[in-house]
Amino acid sequence: MRLRTLQIILWTAAILGTAIFAWARWPAGNQAATETVSAFEPSFALADSEGKLRTNAEFRGKFLLVFFGFTNCPDVCPTTLAEVAQVMDNLGPETDKVLPIFISVDPERDRRLGMSAYTEAFHPAILGLAGTEAETRAAAESFKIFYGRENDGKSPDGYTMSHSSGLFLVGPDGAWLRQFAYGTPAADILSDLKSRF
Amino acid sequence: MKHLILTTALVLSAPAAFACETVTVGDLTIQHAWSKASIGVDRPAVFYVEITNSGSSDDALVGISTPAAGMPMLHETVVTDGIASMPHAMSVPVPAGQTVQLAPGGYHGMLMGLTAALKEGDRFPVTLTFEKAGAVTANVDVLPLRSEGPDCADAGQ
Repeated sequence: MRLRTLQIILWTAAILGTAIFAWARWPAGNQAATETVSAFEPSFALADSEGKLRTNAEFRGKFLLVFFGFTNCPDVCPTTLAEVAQVMDNLGPETDKVLPIFISVDPERDRRLGMSAYTEAFHPAILGLAGTEAETRAAAESFKIFYGRENDGKSPDGYTMSHSSGLFLVGPDGAWLRQFAYGTPAADILSDLKSRF
Repeated sequence: MKHLILTTALVLSAPAAFACETVTVGDLTIQHAWSKASIGVDRPAVFYVEITNSGSSDDALVGISTPAAGMPMLHETVVTDGIASMPHAMSVPVPAGQTVQLAPGGYHGMLMGLTAALKEGDRFPVTLTFEKAGAVTANVDVLPLRSEGPDCADAGQ
């Protein structure tokens, strides 16, 4: 009888322990996927449309909204940049707290087509950067994102790009804060930003 | 004041007039054909539309052509694990009794080789070719670069 009681106590403890462990782990796991991964500082050193090298270090003090894309893209990139433009308009007096940055994953062609004409068509505040292949690869790795070139005979110049479609938020201290998935409405991005000011 | 409101309403709704037009071919109804202002002439423009199949047999959009672009093609935006790619779509299924949208983030026409830059307020024709219903031409409205679609009273989006 005493053994049986002990068994029940032990089993109860084991089940409780498992439940507490699962309860403690699960929300944390979800949080990590969408919100804060252990802090890291993405970095980049890429040329702007005038050929001047710009680095993450010079933008300390501002929130950065960073998007990777290419200007030959008719659907995903314009949709996201239009949302970013809307966010910038709606920030009103707080617009100078945020710098939107568009990093080309197709830098050679984008430099030829002209980065500034592209970004300015959406919003004059957007900074367009197009570095060398190696600089671009390094920037993508530091943001932990993917891009790749896909040969496609029916695309302009015979290729197209696939790339991470999220919009990344970097804090004024340079630390990565979160990503907004493709299609996040401008209003949601705006309210997230305002909650951090 | 009433006049001002009315005039404003008319001015605002005018650019969307064509996109709100409806054309039909067989059992298919085509409406909300729109595009966005292009950035110069060297980058591709986009084509969006809504197709309703009120018939009882499946159809498919198999091609688009337009005098506005030398190489118009159907593409589909696919986002897998946060990675976006835009593969060429051989055809866009239009199942019986359903409405299919070519819309931001999904199927879209990619207009390559523009003959001229597309400016807000421009209109151009696009001929859609369907596997069964055949061809039909719709007028496309060029909306602002930041537009999310035509503002039609009946727009079901």
